[in-house]
Amino acid sequence: MSPDPSSGSVPEAVDMLAVTGLVKHYASGETALRGVDLRLRMREVVALIGPSGAGKSTLIRCVNRLVDPSEGSILFEHVDLAAARGRALRRKRRRIGMIFQEHALVERLTVMQNLLCGRLGYVPLWRSLLSRFVEEDIARARALLDRLDLRGHENKRVDKLSGGQRQRVGIARALMQEPRLLLVDEPTASLDPKTSSDVMRMITELVEERGLAAIINIHDVPLARRFASRVVGLREGSIVFDGLPSELSPEDLLRIYGEDPSGLGETTGEE
Amino acid sequence: MGDGSVGRRSRRWLLVVAAAAYLVVVYSTFEIDHQRLLEGADRGRLFVMGFFPPDFHTRSSDIFAGLLESLAMTVVATVLGVMLSVPVALGASANLSPKPIYLCCRGIIILSRSFHEVLIAILFVVVVGFGPLAGVLTLSIATVGFFAKMLAEAVEEVDETTLDAIRATGAPPFSLLSWGVAPQVLPRFVGLSIYRLDINFRESAIVGIVGAGGIGATLNTAFGRYEYDTAAAILLLIMGIVLVGELGSGIVRRRLV
Repeated sequence: MSPDPSSGSVPEAVDMLAVTGLVKHYASGETALRGVDLRLRMREVVALIGPSGAGKSTLIRCVNRLVDPSEGSILFEHVDLAAARGRALRRKRRRIGMIFQEHALVERLTVMQNLLCGRLGYVPLWRSLLSRFVEEDIARARALLDRLDLRGHENKRVDKLSGGQRQRVGIARALMQEPRLLLVDEPTASLDPKTSSDVMRMITELVEERGLAAIINIHDVPLARRFASRVVGLREGSIVFDGLPSELSPEDLLRIYGEDPSGLGETTGEE
Repeated sequence: MGDGSVGRRSRRWLLVVAAAAYLVVVYSTFEIDHQRLLEGADRGRLFVMGFFPPDFHTRSSDIFAGLLESLAMTVVATVLGVMLSVPVALGASANLSPKPIYLCCRGIIILSRSFHEVLIAILFVVVVGFGPLAGVLTLSIATVGFFAKMLAEAVEEVDETTLDAIRATGAPPFSLLSWGVAPQVLPRFVGLSIYRLDINFRESAIVGIVGAGGIGATLNTAFGRYEYDTAAAILLLIMGIVLVGELGSGIVRRRLV
């Protein structure tokens, strides 16, 4: 089994994802995004930082359409996801893995079953209903469990695992989809510092290994600087910074976080 | 401060006095015939004595057939009712269904809950005639009202982010149900099914009285023939079966959490 079946289909220089003029008004009248443009290339790890309520979560949820954008386009593998519906949308969702803050695993299922959930977009309906997955998918799951140091846990229920292990199951589920793009929503918010950097390292390694791209929502600026190849700062629904982690100056942080001292306090600690 | 607590205490006294006065006034309006009360007590004693000793023998084959029919009605009605309930429950879950379907399914639930089993049973006895078929239909309908409502509640409590995670894999709607929703509501589903099995058995005894088959019909016949000892035996058996069901369901539910 090749771990990277479709690399080469997208040349490295071409944008993997192109978000243009993205606007989101919620029904409540709030405007979460005010015309966001964002382009992502292969092997790029973009850390999306910003104060809570800046629209980070809305932005990544618009990309795989868990949230419907109000305006704008999202070009991914030659399809505008903003306009896609039904089966066409589901076909593209398979290629976008999502990793959640609270891992969002199905609590009562085993590790293996949770991993197989990652294949639900591919298998025929009857197979998923009878949970008769093909041997290839099970082999794929085993390989991922080995890669993520979860060997031997496949038949445990996920609510018996530690926080770090669960997050790795979440990552493995996303990779089961054989995605090209990873959307990662606050992967470290409920983890301790050591586990947080382990998880971030794992995600960046996997992006490199498999030729993916990732957008990572993260409130921890030092972690973002350490692991991302690019930092995008979002404030009140607009991008106010887009550059290399090394270019992120205290003035930029002030621009992103405003007068909020908590965001700044975190950054002065490590740099 | 002191004034307030005194005020509260006196108000409480006032309430007690008012309640007592009300009771006296109401009692004086009753026309109680003490003679009839005494006679009735005597007759009541005879009636209760008629239950002892319970007679399991004389009508044993009728009782056995009635119980078997009741149990069969219970199982069939529960299975049928639960099967009907699942789509209704999913439709009645605000987090999964669009508004028109939601309202329609909530309407079905309200409709099935708004009539007592006995009324529905009378209706079905008229439609399909005497016998267990009317009972099965009655209990199935009643099951939908109960089960779909409770299951919809469980589905609405499902973790939303987990559903998002399954949606994000590109899973079609049916897989979302079987892999996202079903595992989360399964313990509740089993618990409710067993609970409803319990209720349906007890109700099967009631609907029999209006002609919808089962042990209720046997019980009704026993009363009609003034065979109170046989009736007592039937009542004891119903209690016993409900008790066994209670114990069994407790064990199963504890295992499934």
